[in-house]
Amino acid sequence: MDSLIKLLKTNARLSNAELAVMLDKTEEQIAEEISRLECSGIIKGYSAIIDEAAIDSSAVFALIELKVTPQSQSGFDEIAEEISSYEQVESVRLMSGGYDILVSVTGNNIRDISQFVSQRLAAIDAVQSTTTHFVLKNYKENGIIINNDQTDERGMISP
Amino acid sequence: MMDYDKLLSKEAVKMKPSGIRKFFDIAQSVEGVISLGVGEPDFKTPWSVRQSAISALEKGRTTYTANAGLIELRREISAYLKRLIHMDYDPDSEIIVTVGGSEAIDLSIRAIVNPGDEVLIVEPCFVCYAPLVSLMGGKTVIIETKAEDEFRLTAQALKEKITDKTKLLIMPFPNNPTGAIMRREDLEPIAEVLRDTDIFVASDEIYAELTYSGKHCSIAELEGMRERTVVINGFSKTFAMTGWRLGFMAGPEEIMRHVYKLHQYQIMSSPSISQYAAVTALRSCFGDVAKMRDEYNMRRRFLVDSFNKLGLDCFTPLGAFYVFPCIKSTGLSSNEFCERLVQEKKVAVVPGDAFGRCGEGYIRVSYAYSINHLKEAVKRIGEFISDLKEAENEKQIAHN
Repeated sequence: MDSLIKLLKTNARLSNAELAVMLDKTEEQIAEEISRLECSGIIKGYSAIIDEAAIDSSAVFALIELKVTPQSQSGFDEIAEEISSYEQVESVRLMSGGYDILVSVTGNNIRDISQFVSQRLAAIDAVQSTTTHFVLKNYKENGIIINNDQTDERGMISP
Repeated sequence: MMDYDKLLSKEAVKMKPSGIRKFFDIAQSVEGVISLGVGEPDFKTPWSVRQSAISALEKGRTTYTANAGLIELRREISAYLKRLIHMDYDPDSEIIVTVGGSEAIDLSIRAIVNPGDEVLIVEPCFVCYAPLVSLMGGKTVIIETKAEDEFRLTAQALKEKITDKTKLLIMPFPNNPTGAIMRREDLEPIAEVLRDTDIFVASDEIYAELTYSGKHCSIAELEGMRERTVVINGFSKTFAMTGWRLGFMAGPEEIMRHVYKLHQYQIMSSPSISQYAAVTALRSCFGDVAKMRDEYNMRRRFLVDSFNKLGLDCFTPLGAFYVFPCIKSTGLSSNEFCERLVQEKKVAVVPGDAFGRCGEGYIRVSYAYSINHLKEAVKRIGEFISDLKEAENEKQIAHN
């Protein structure tokens, strides 16, 4: 049910009743389908998309590129899983191109993140190098435009 | 002092401003209004179409085009009509690219109507037909459609209005404001009535791609109807291109030869940049069209369900992007309902009677808005209905 997933991705707070009407299903069918998606691990969770800058202007967000020596048995998996276990890490991705793993991290300030990179990430044996990019401004997150000042340019009423 | 009354054309002075315009001014005067009032898509024109326009500009393709429109665009339109309504129209002599569907409507009326001719207009409908007929000295004859017929035109209603002066029938389906469509089985009896007559049909199919049950069917497809029909369509609703001002009309060569002259003197040619962009739209954007249609369809179901739950009976429209709920249960007229709704709950919808007298007792609600926007608006309309009921109850208690 692609359309259900698409709807939930843009607004996970639509009620089952609303989803049922919009997709021309019964509420029971929607409930069943959602629980199937949850149980099979297709839906991993639901979260709010937050404009961090609007709550705490001192919060810092960084993307860190890692060059990693792959391990003989597990390749990149073991290292990626180790990095994923840190609380301050928001996402971990294996990449094609000039580096191997891309990590996104939030911290209370720059020092937080610097310490995390130097003491945790760089300390991992297989990590050959790190490049840290601090985020200056967030424009779009999970498909949602953060500072959406775009007004509806259409008139209020038209035939 | 200039005597403007003497100066102006009588027909121009006589022409009434659109009923929508009046309500627009009211809605505009209230702060913080959210609107469900527009008749144009909320989507942006597909990017590849915009890119083609940019490229046309960069290459300096900014001259007049052939009067009837770029030949490559007319060829695409011809191929498109073949796919959409299974009809062959010769791109050289039977298709004209117009400035929006609006020009095509105007041209159809101008080409056909002589003073004194009767023109059948199916109401509720888009606001421009009747004024344009009057401008030509034609007489408008209204055919009212009803909620119990799902706002479809019936053969019976049509027959009742035909006289020996009837010249033209304007078919507005899928319909703005009701969202009604005419399926093949609904069109067949209409065609049956028309086949033995000299009545011509202008079929305004601007919302053809926004049909949510089965495929759009044009009256031109039916046996014997091609020779007596012009098909009007365009890019505005299908590809979210309202501001590009581009439509088209297709019909028998004998008619189009004369329409061509009117278009040539009125317009010269439609905007070149829009035409180059439209070629891309017809060649590669039907994926975008399908996505927009799916999105509209979800919103349509949401609104129909919401209004029915609020106790405002709403027949299930199968086309365009409007629902047309009945507000008679509130005891208010369409105008009172809409004025109070905008004043008290700051939601703008359009009174049904702006689209013809038989639209009284209904409101037009557009779903060319995001689902979150619709949810908020429905919530406010719900509050408005409860307030009305509460006031009614208090009145009853006081009365007892």
